[in-house]
Amino acid sequence: MSETTMTGSAASASPSDEDAIIRVRGLTTRFGPQVVHDGLDLTVRKGEVLGVVGGSGTGKSVLMRTIIGLNQAAAGTIAVFGQVRGKLEPAGGRAREQRGGVLLQGGALFSSRPVAENVQAPMREHADLPRALMDELAGLKIAIVGLPHDACAKFPSELSGGMRKRAGLARALALDPEIVFLDEPTAGLDPVGAAAFDILIRELSDTLGLTVVMITHDLDSLYAICDRVAVLAERKVLTVAPIAELERNPHPWLQSYFHGPRARAARQARQ
Amino acid sequence: MLRDVSNISDAPLVGNRGGDSQWLASGTGPALRLSGAWTVDNARQIDRLIRDLRVTPGGFRQLDLGAISAFDTTGAWLVLKLAERLSIALPDGMTGAQHGVPELLERVSSARAEPAEPSVRENPFVAALARLGGGTVAALREMASMIGFLGAVVESFAGVVRRPGRLRLTATVHHMEQAGLNALPIVGLISFLVGIVLAFQGAEQLQRFGAEIFVVNLIAVSILRDIGILLTAIVVAGRSGSSFAAQLGSMKVHEEVDALRALGLDPIEVLVLPRVLALFLMMIPLALFANLMGLIGGGLMAWAALDISPTLYTDRLAAAVTLPTFLVGLIKAPVFGALVGLVGCYAGLKTEGSADSLGRQTTVAVVQGIFIVIVVDAAFSIFFNIVGF
Repeated sequence: MSETTMTGSAASASPSDEDAIIRVRGLTTRFGPQVVHDGLDLTVRKGEVLGVVGGSGTGKSVLMRTIIGLNQAAAGTIAVFGQVRGKLEPAGGRAREQRGGVLLQGGALFSSRPVAENVQAPMREHADLPRALMDELAGLKIAIVGLPHDACAKFPSELSGGMRKRAGLARALALDPEIVFLDEPTAGLDPVGAAAFDILIRELSDTLGLTVVMITHDLDSLYAICDRVAVLAERKVLTVAPIAELERNPHPWLQSYFHGPRARAARQARQ
Repeated sequence: MLRDVSNISDAPLVGNRGGDSQWLASGTGPALRLSGAWTVDNARQIDRLIRDLRVTPGGFRQLDLGAISAFDTTGAWLVLKLAERLSIALPDGMTGAQHGVPELLERVSSARAEPAEPSVRENPFVAALARLGGGTVAALREMASMIGFLGAVVESFAGVVRRPGRLRLTATVHHMEQAGLNALPIVGLISFLVGIVLAFQGAEQLQRFGAEIFVVNLIAVSILRDIGILLTAIVVAGRSGSSFAAQLGSMKVHEEVDALRALGLDPIEVLVLPRVLALFLMMIPLALFANLMGLIGGGLMAWAALDISPTLYTDRLAAAVTLPTFLVGLIKAPVFGALVGLVGCYAGLKTEGSADSLGRQTTVAVVQGIFIVIVVDAAFSIFFNIVGF
């Protein structure tokens, strides 16, 4: 992140920013000539469930990957837990990794290890735990995300897509992170499974004070569990607001998004 | 130890690791006071604390969670373990829990219900016997499955022969270039070097009898009958057998093979046949090239070490080599090519959905490919010997 500039990092400190856990300012990312984000700002507050929506190709996944550090930003600052990225000592970088969990699309489990070892992988690398306790904790996380006990010994290729996602979440939660990033966690799940997933995430957020950043196209999830929703369009975050406010936003994309037949059904289901 | 403990629980649960580990609790009341951060960062120390805890009858009957400063699912798990150790029933036996803590304990304890199944220790003799039996059955199944695969390819080939329009010409030509044409430099170089080695080693031995000139026969017969072809097949197995296995294996992992089937296409016809056919056809020019380069290498060495001039070399060559010698070698080439292609594709299609499996199958493609080529070469030698070529 050598090209990072300080523009705007200290500029805005509105009251709501006090409890910001992630603060993205003036973020620009590009792949060759293609500009994905141009001067994007986003603030994630502690303990909230933030949904990220946007049409295909608006750079939702790229934004998440950039915040996590899998992508390099061309310009702008990203502050996670109050520390600006790229200015961290290596040790600080490791500490931050421990405080955040990630669920990538499709689960991204290590295919050559059984589920239990997948969940233990972050524990083994970052926490100094005795073997027996790691086994117990892996079993616990696997049970918490709603997988049956016999899934522990199975390999990712033996699981269904939905189960793989749950296992991925168990791995993301392995070290009890303060923030988790979820990339389309309910895509491809059956409605019952998706609803259970929603409830689980809401519960974790309530009981653990977990902050959740969730890319989703699932309108049910947006209505059911998101405190606020960030809308990506025109290479920026168009707006961040509770869903009730977004429905009244006159922007054409939002209008078609929230007033299509599927949105109506999801809204009715909530009422 | 005291310092370790201090950051998880200040006064209440203090241990000394002296002669006999003794655990003390603050106050005389029935409540054990937990304090500090009960999180994954301190899990190691807390776990040790709980394990070393000496339970006295009629000791603690309550857990006071009021002073816990940070809590997570790992901490909740440990609290439950501690409660179990002290035979305290939660949630009745806890006091002072702050917001969120009872809910989290409830969540974790409901997930905890099933205990891990104890691992069954089996008789080592029986286990060894079972492994042997399992291995034998697996090997037999593997053999049957390989023969089945061969049958499927032959059937598909027969279909293409009857209706040549079904042959994937573009794919076949592509693989002919990839596996055949692009292999020419390495095949030629290796063959050339082996020709040199052969001439040199042969010359040393034959010089003792004053029969240097027969080194030409040695080179010609060994390269043309066997070594040129065998080397080509081994190089192709390492180069193309492995790449076929990796290509098909990766397609298998990403469900591309299933997608073909779902579209009503036969993976054997679309994927396997062009590759096997490409190797079958390209092995002949490859082997010819290898023969040529081997003879050139041998000739150069004979010239340099034994002073056999190129003219003399070619004269002797023409006398030593009969057409059958040449054909006996060349006829094996396409057979080897097809075998390497078949083994590579078979290994690729046997891949299961993991990175490990893909790596294993690629290795299998090369090792089995080379093995089968050598076995078949030996069989050819015996056969030609019997029929008198």
